[in-house]
Amino acid sequence: MNAPQELKYTKSHEWIREEEGGIWTVGITDFAQDQLGSLVFINLPAEGDDTEAGEPFCDVESVKAASDVMAPVTGTVVEVNEELEDAPEKLNEDPYGAWIARIEGTPADDLMDADAYAAFCEEEG
Amino acid sequence: MDKKTPLYEAHVRLGGKIVPFAGYLMPVQYTDILKEHAAVRTGVGLFDVSHMGEFLLSGPGAFASLQHLLTNDYANMPEGRVRYSPMCYENGGVVDDLLVYRRGAEDYLIVVNASNKDKDFEWMSAHLCEGAVLEDISEKVGEIAVQGPLSGELLQKLTAPENLPEKYYWFVEQKDVAGVTCLISQTGYTGEYGFELYCRAEETEKLWNALLEAGADLGAVPCGLGCRDTLRLEASMPLYGHEMDENVTPLETGLGFAVKLGKEEFIGREALLAAGDPKICRVGLKVTGRGIVREHMDVFADGAQVGHTTSGTVLPTVGGAHAMALIDKAFSAPGTPLTVNVRGREVAVEVEPLPFYRRKK
Repeated sequence: MNAPQELKYTKSHEWIREEEGGIWTVGITDFAQDQLGSLVFINLPAEGDDTEAGEPFCDVESVKAASDVMAPVTGTVVEVNEELEDAPEKLNEDPYGAWIARIEGTPADDLMDADAYAAFCEEEG
Repeated sequence: MDKKTPLYEAHVRLGGKIVPFAGYLMPVQYTDILKEHAAVRTGVGLFDVSHMGEFLLSGPGAFASLQHLLTNDYANMPEGRVRYSPMCYENGGVVDDLLVYRRGAEDYLIVVNASNKDKDFEWMSAHLCEGAVLEDISEKVGEIAVQGPLSGELLQKLTAPENLPEKYYWFVEQKDVAGVTCLISQTGYTGEYGFELYCRAEETEKLWNALLEAGADLGAVPCGLGCRDTLRLEASMPLYGHEMDENVTPLETGLGFAVKLGKEEFIGREALLAAGDPKICRVGLKVTGRGIVREHMDVFADGAQVGHTTSGTVLPTVGGAHAMALIDKAFSAPGTPLTVNVRGREVAVEVEPLPFYRRKK
């Protein structure tokens, strides 16, 4: 499993990266995409949507099931990766490149660093 | 406590993702549902279907019992043939749907859904005619489905070509496949050319390994229940608990071809006759809006509910999101625009003809 050092992680398997000016880029982890299987649809948030850390802000669907993606940040969606709309498979192919949205606001206070996240995934199996 | 099929250890060794299904621990996928689905459409895939239930029905009352229990007609059925049938309650709702193999005038093999096995055995036992004996041999039998355009080629590496049943819904018995004695039928649940092999439970793994090994250069892959579902949905084959159950009659879900109302008597016949032409029917829905429509979602026409979906997802070979639904007949014409409530969101769909996929012969 791959978890880049420079990112922070949630227990619900999202990653975030701090950009300038209190803006956070958000995606799903390698572990998440592997567990979900081939993704065939993403219901993206819209620019201007309010998010609350730990609450769903987007959903992704595999052949088998729909799954919520939780917001790691309380704030407002300022940019959405529209490219995923027609190519949700990018979430499987390149989970750390295929960001979902950029959110301006305050991240959750229980984020993990890469090592803690790797250990967490190990436990989840 | 979930049971294991004779292939459980093999699935774990192959890296199958194991989930509980119908009381068994089964592989939902080994690598990827889409890849496994594609293997069956273009090459060959192997499925463990040992969880299915097998009953032997024998004795001088066996034939009469079939005619009484099942909606299809088993008269004029030669030995070595398979015939599908729904099995109804008195009210016309469905107990299960099943396959009957005629091995002799007083000797039949019946294959039922894993999830209904115990219920079926009780129901059938309680409604047998005099002189019929029903035995549940499920635990003694392993079953492997070999499905896909290359399935015949694969099997011919392990058995003589004349050991393969020539036509769809024919079967042969006591044939040697890789040193394992099998009943082989040209049947399946994928909409593709293929075979199902039944053998003694303890020899299932030997057969499975031989198929995997012989199939390696044909690109044969083990396939899980995930793609079994997408394949059968694409071929628009109904699944018990989805397209039919105790509250849906076989006529409502489009199984009229296997309901012989002209037969003198069978359980459910009077109720089906009394109900007359069904008011609902099974249709295909093509998603024209954005989203994926799945089972148990409400279907609307101009804001009024006209039915519900029974199965649905993205169809890998056909492409796009599709669903099957049971809806009011008045809205069943192909092209009719409808909407489905997908977790609170209204998604546009259009009625389309079934099946979604039909293999080219």
